Amino acid sequence: MRMFRIGALAGAAFLLLMPSLTQAQNGGSGSGFNPKISLILQGSYADYSEGDSAVRGSLLGGESELRADGFSLVETEIAAEANIDDAYRGWVTLGLHEHDGETEIDVEEAYINTLSLPQGFTAKFGRFFSDIGYLNKTHSHAWDFIDQPLGYRVLLANNYRDDGIQLKWIAPTDLFMEVGAEAMRGASFPTNCEDCSGINTVTVFGHLGGDFGTDTSWRLGIWHLDGDAEGRQSFGDGATNEIFDFTGDTTRSGVDMVVKWAPNGNPRECHLIVQAEYIIGDEDGTLDFSDNGTLGAVSSAYEASPQAWYGQVIYQFVPRWRVGLRYDWLETDNDLPNNPAGQFNNLLNNDDPQRISAMVDFSRSEFSRFRIQYNRDESQPGGEVDNQVFLQYIMSLGSHPAHQY
Amino acid sequence: MRVFINAACMVFLMQAGLAHAGLKVFACEPEWAALSKELGGEHVEAFSATTAQQDPHLIQPRPSLIAKFRQADLGICTGADLEIGWLPVLQNSGGNPALRPGGAGLFFASEGLDMLEIPERLDRADGDVHPQGNPHVHLDPRNMIPISKRLAGKMAQLDPANADVYARRQATFEKVWQGKISSWEAQAAPLKGVKVVAHHKSFSYLFDWLGIVEVNNLEPKPGIPPSAAYLNKLLAELKTEPASMILAATYQSNRPAEWLAERTRYPIVILPTTVGGVEGTNTLERLYTTMISMLLKTAQAESSS
Repeated sequence: MRMFRIGALAGAAFLLLMPSLTQAQNGGSGSGFNPKISLILQGSYADYSEGDSAVRGSLLGGESELRADGFSLVETEIAAEANIDDAYRGWVTLGLHEHDGETEIDVEEAYINTLSLPQGFTAKFGRFFSDIGYLNKTHSHAWDFIDQPLGYRVLLANNYRDDGIQLKWIAPTDLFMEVGAEAMRGASFPTNCEDCSGINTVTVFGHLGGDFGTDTSWRLGIWHLDGDAEGRQSFGDGATNEIFDFTGDTTRSGVDMVVKWAPNGNPRECHLIVQAEYIIGDEDGTLDFSDNGTLGAVSSAYEASPQAWYGQVIYQFVPRWRVGLRYDWLETDNDLPNNPAGQFNNLLNNDDPQRISAMVDFSRSEFSRFRIQYNRDESQPGGEVDNQVFLQYIMSLGSHPAHQY
Repeated sequence: MRVFINAACMVFLMQAGLAHAGLKVFACEPEWAALSKELGGEHVEAFSATTAQQDPHLIQPRPSLIAKFRQADLGICTGADLEIGWLPVLQNSGGNPALRPGGAGLFFASEGLDMLEIPERLDRADGDVHPQGNPHVHLDPRNMIPISKRLAGKMAQLDPANADVYARRQATFEKVWQGKISSWEAQAAPLKGVKVVAHHKSFSYLFDWLGIVEVNNLEPKPGIPPSAAYLNKLLAELKTEPASMILAATYQSNRPAEWLAERTRYPIVILPTTVGGVEGTNTLERLYTTMISMLLKTAQAESSS
């Protein structure tokens, strides 16, 4: 488990970072070499008519539950980056969030990337968000909705990130062409190896991109992830102590596309973003069910081939105001021959969960954003419609954020 | 995998063969693409990452820009944090060691210039301020002389085979440019003391050069679009300290300017802030000539009305 749950440490980290924050701003002596630091404050108010964190027919990874009901700090994030020397750049993001009443520090990312490899190669090593998919690499503060699409939540535990190494190559052509591969520890969903050794997850990905005239830009992607899971734990709905323990082969594959349009390519006044992704998973192994800690109480062979799709449109119709609409669809297809007392009933519920989301957000400057979002969520085990309403703020303090594509 | 390695090797050979064909320039803004063409002529293949219709603060690191960045020998940007939202992303993902931070192929035009509006304090409450000062240095043509000297030196360093070409062309450019500055200044003499309201602090260097007085801005703070309440306040302020025209850049919304123009009867001038902004501004020389003639035309119409 990468989390350590020591509230005091969170405070200590802040105290250590604060002096350099103030120094960097005052330009004090020697502070020119301090990393660029930014703090991102995120909070929300959430209201659910049902609020069940489980998804019909799906085994979820950690950190995939719904946001806390009522007011909550979603996440407080500290990011720092700097060139290490002329060949390397370092980046770290620490996330502080509440979990079961305690503050956790989560080393979200801590990686080095190369700046000086020749011929279009770049390498990255440490802990990082994988380059698979279009949204996987995006930090939560840059999401267009308060939550990730269902496919990301269910099949990648929101974002696949892990410890490992990545190598990428960009072709020397005007058409953007990039291929890359990653070798990872496999400590994260969908493998979650407990006693990891060696490489448990590998990924490959490719991207194509370019412009149509001055107004439109696009990117297409294709990717595959292959992992060995050993004792990957998923939890049942929060009310019980059910644990599902998966051992076997797990893969994910996907295609993604995004098209962005702005008059004259100037997104200041008006900007339209259309994106869609399709993800297909495959799991083949055994599933052990336990209740109250008696692991292996029931065991069954397990084969699953879930598929997920989402499409979304974000439209900035005047400066600072954006509206967004998203449709999520999930198809679960699980095969569990041994189900003596109905322990696997949720997984055998093979209909198609779906969700529709709509949001409006307002950004006074590049550094602040408020959002209101509505979800009509039909993905929960009971099959009822969950009407979800969120209010959210995202504030960025300190150095200027990099723009995303 | 073997195909991939072969492809990579072929690319390597291709690049090695083309290494001395001249310079591939990645310019962050059109004015630097134009200047590199002035200095390099046919030895330079220049690409501009942005156009005059785009706000250089708000560019996304699009795939097409990464692809161009990847292939460049020389990157010319304004610096002073103008490109802070997107240049670092290109450097991290562009796989081009020449243009990495501190790389030999990277040139910042604003380095070593006397900057205007260096903030006394750094606080985001003051809007999107630039710690090193106002970055829109190219709008004072006098800045082009020191920039062209440094740039020609950088080009000679990267492409020694053509070093004398760059030096010769720079000397010619400088001589011709000095003459043009004098004639622009003579032409623009009536603009001295003219009071204007500008959308954003885009034109400070132009005003500084020609003695135009910026009495107010349409943006309450740099980078923050005006609200209706702010525009009403601005309107009241203009009653006590009037101006004679409203200026906006080609990439800015006309709406606030039109709102104000309706109530003050000030004429609006949409200035091309860089090369290609309006018809007939395809060279640096035409850019300044056009800006001055647009301003003169409006000022003369105002004084005769």
